[in-house]
Amino acid sequence: MPISAWHIEGMVMDILFKVLIDPFLQMGAMPDLFVQTIWDGFVTGVLYALIALGFVLIFKASGVFNFAQGIMVVFAALTLVGLYEMGLPAPLAVLVTLGVMFVLAVAIERVVLRPLVNQPDIILFMATFGITYFLIGLGELIFGGNPKQMITDQLYLPRGAIEVKMLGGFVQFQKIDIAAAVIAVVMIVALAVFFQKTRIGRALRAVADSHKAALSVGISLNQIWVIVWFTAGIVALVTGIMWGARSDVSFGLQVIALKALPVLILGGFTSVPGAIVGGLIIGIGEKLGEFYWGPLVGGGIESWLAYCIALGFLLFRPQGLFGDKIIERI
Amino acid sequence: MFYRETGQFKTNYADDMAVFPILQDRIGIALILVVAFVVIPLAGSNFLLSSVMIPFLVFSLASIGLNILTGYTGLISLGTGAFMGVGAYACYKLTTLFPEVNIVVWIVASGFFSALVGVLFGLPSLRIKGFYLAVATLAAQFFLQWCFTRIPWLYNYNASGAIEVGQRTLFGINVTGAKASLEARYMVLLTIVTVLTWVASNIMHGRIGRSFMAVRDMDIAAELMGIDLLKTKLLAFAVSSFYAGVAGAAMMFLWYGGGEANDAFNINQSFLILFMVIIGGLGSMIGSFFGAAFISMLPTVLKFGLPALGIPLAGATAEHLTYILVGALIIFFLIVEPHGLARLWQIGKQKLRMWPFPY
Amino acid sequence: MTVTHETIGKGEVLLAVDQVSLSFGGIKAITDVSFDIRKGEIRAIIGPNGAGKTSMLNVINGFYHPQQGKITFKGQTRSKMRPSVAASQGIARTFQNVALFKGMSTLDNIMSGRTLKMNSHFFWQCFRHGPAMAEEIRHREFVEDIIDFLEIQAIRKVPVGKLPYGLQKRVELGRALAMEPDLLLLDEPMAGMNLEEKEDMSRFIIDVNTQYGTTIALIEHDMGVVMDLSDRVVVLEYGRKLADGTPDEVKADQNVIDAYLGVAH
Repeated sequence: MPISAWHIEGMVMDILFKVLIDPFLQMGAMPDLFVQTIWDGFVTGVLYALIALGFVLIFKASGVFNFAQGIMVVFAALTLVGLYEMGLPAPLAVLVTLGVMFVLAVAIERVVLRPLVNQPDIILFMATFGITYFLIGLGELIFGGNPKQMITDQLYLPRGAIEVKMLGGFVQFQKIDIAAAVIAVVMIVALAVFFQKTRIGRALRAVADSHKAALSVGISLNQIWVIVWFTAGIVALVTGIMWGARSDVSFGLQVIALKALPVLILGGFTSVPGAIVGGLIIGIGEKLGEFYWGPLVGGGIESWLAYCIALGFLLFRPQGLFGDKIIERI
Repeated sequence: MFYRETGQFKTNYADDMAVFPILQDRIGIALILVVAFVVIPLAGSNFLLSSVMIPFLVFSLASIGLNILTGYTGLISLGTGAFMGVGAYACYKLTTLFPEVNIVVWIVASGFFSALVGVLFGLPSLRIKGFYLAVATLAAQFFLQWCFTRIPWLYNYNASGAIEVGQRTLFGINVTGAKASLEARYMVLLTIVTVLTWVASNIMHGRIGRSFMAVRDMDIAAELMGIDLLKTKLLAFAVSSFYAGVAGAAMMFLWYGGGEANDAFNINQSFLILFMVIIGGLGSMIGSFFGAAFISMLPTVLKFGLPALGIPLAGATAEHLTYILVGALIIFFLIVEPHGLARLWQIGKQKLRMWPFPY
Repeated sequence: MTVTHETIGKGEVLLAVDQVSLSFGGIKAITDVSFDIRKGEIRAIIGPNGAGKTSMLNVINGFYHPQQGKITFKGQTRSKMRPSVAASQGIARTFQNVALFKGMSTLDNIMSGRTLKMNSHFFWQCFRHGPAMAEEIRHREFVEDIIDFLEIQAIRKVPVGKLPYGLQKRVELGRALAMEPDLLLLDEPMAGMNLEEKEDMSRFIIDVNTQYGTTIALIEHDMGVVMDLSDRVVVLEYGRKLADGTPDEVKADQNVIDAYLGVAH
């Protein structure tokens, strides 16, 4: 059958309609579904932001890109659940887990960071790869590879949902999601204050700028690093609890942590507010993309959409939305 | 005593610029080739061939590819697994559409398709550097992985969604498919790897290799030499992806004999190859082989070595231990010798030169 | 008629900087500077730290693009160009902080300077033996002349990261020379050297100028070197041109004396 010019024009118009117009029509036709999708994206975004926050903390304070943040989240969550299953009451389990994260922070500082003090960044980055694999193996060995249930009730986290009648339909807000958003905001504000107003926060920023200079003014690098990694550990635990409460606790989470990278690209590697904004953009963008454009190509685009969004940003602003402009001097 | 350069004087530049200027090195390489081509297929057990040598060769090829990109040119890539997949699927389509053409030709030709895709995803490298480029390659990894499962044309619309490897021959001998013998597959793979390693070594020792290393060491100064940054980086992506693609095709057709994309070409594979390159030694051909040998043989060594030492081990535990060991070893190497096994080998040879004198 | 290096006679203007201004955000690095460089001469650019000397070289090189002004090189006027274009037109340079390729040996570093002249196809590179090798050897011979000239035969195969600072600077000079440049820009070639090394480097610079006929522009702080080596001098201070002439003229210029002694003006 010969393909005429009309035919081709028809196909093109059809594609343009499906991609550029129809999704928005769908959004308008069922606004409650639209709001639901945005809320879901918002919640995912908050959780991405929490993971990204861990990265930002360590990078901001020590210049190390801690690839192991994802596995730290999983490890913290696994430890908490594991301890509870061994019989510890929930509040004690939380404390012991914090203790474990502290020990982990000290161990990492002593075994990995101290010997690599003045090596180029890429070496430190690769070292965190090593930590990741080590913790994956260790976690699987101690806790087994099966997914686990987060102890939401025991931690006094809310269950159930609130249904709000709006825009011609219903929008569901899971209480745990609201709790997650609130907790995230509280943590972020606390961290921002910590960095800006306290003496230790200042020292952290000094170390991020230059190890040698910080040493020369008497800042103890070792102490700072332990504090930073421990703080990141706390963030990891909170993140792990929140993530685990929504789905379950498994090693698949580690790969989801890779999603934090596009968040960091958007928000910059050193900006706490940037992590939030970046997280929200990626979370909402992903959900909207998957729900309204995904069906056009067979679905599943959530796996790569975030990276492409980040890539697009990088081409126009190589330093991200909030990052510092890179000036090369020769 | 044995490993001395005394008396080996070079009288022309060609000799001085040879890849193996020392006679003992040339003898060593010849021996290795003899062992690889003659001794192993004749005397090696099935286990050696199937679980040690064939995986080792496939991973070596992929490591060479990544080393060219990351070790020689300094461009971090987390998409090697996906590029291997492109090669595998390209080979599959090519041999389905043109079954008369010899499969070995297609295995090598599929590299060109990988190279094309690699260049496409390498385009951002002009504006983006370092970690950021790594994230761009992640986009490539996840997008291509998605393509492998969502574009039915790629896997010929078959129900399993996997690549199915049919029977193909070379000079009348079965080399792929169920009837192909281990020896036949091994020999084909060995030949491909040997030839491609020789080519890679040639390229890296010449002007192109120097351009790559210049871009890695100081791209601003490289531009000043007249090196076109974009063209050089894209060439690096092209060559690197070519090798990854051939490795992927070889993996599917000569090793696995068919399989699913998500198992073989996922992000974990990308990380694995990166570890091989790091542990083996960035920027070193022989390092790629060391790293590949190390990581591909480690699980096997653990599975059989530990019980031999009296430590009982369940299958899954071996895998967990592998992770722990790999992680610990990466950290160990980065602390002790960031330049990997290749540097240790070099130091070893230095000491051998002096032996039996201490210095 | 295209203007090439050969059509410009010795003593005629090879490079002219015309009212160039350069600023980074609010900081003005160079303000309205004009001078020229004649073919075959050694031109020194001097001035206190922060005067804009390196920025000036970077502008000539194409690393920085001036907000105002033009550069005329070999008869062609342009306001901005890319460093690789500058390279292909015959401008080579060395850097204040040695910009060698630390992962490569001395020989490879200097050979990389020949990149523009080497163009054997990728296909032949895959086989090495054959046309690619013949080309390598040809350029190796040229590079060996430079190695001979700079007396660095002993460190041919040494990775440059392991070399002492003075030798690194010499290798960098070799790499620039390998490009067979018409204009060679040297950014503080004697920095950090002792007297003996300075004498060696001075000898090399003079030889490059007389033997190869290369025009040289150099930034230098050592006044003795500047006065002895250069044909003409231009003095910069706070991004402006203070004086321009022969070494004797510049030495006697009151403004220059004040600037160096720190008299406020």
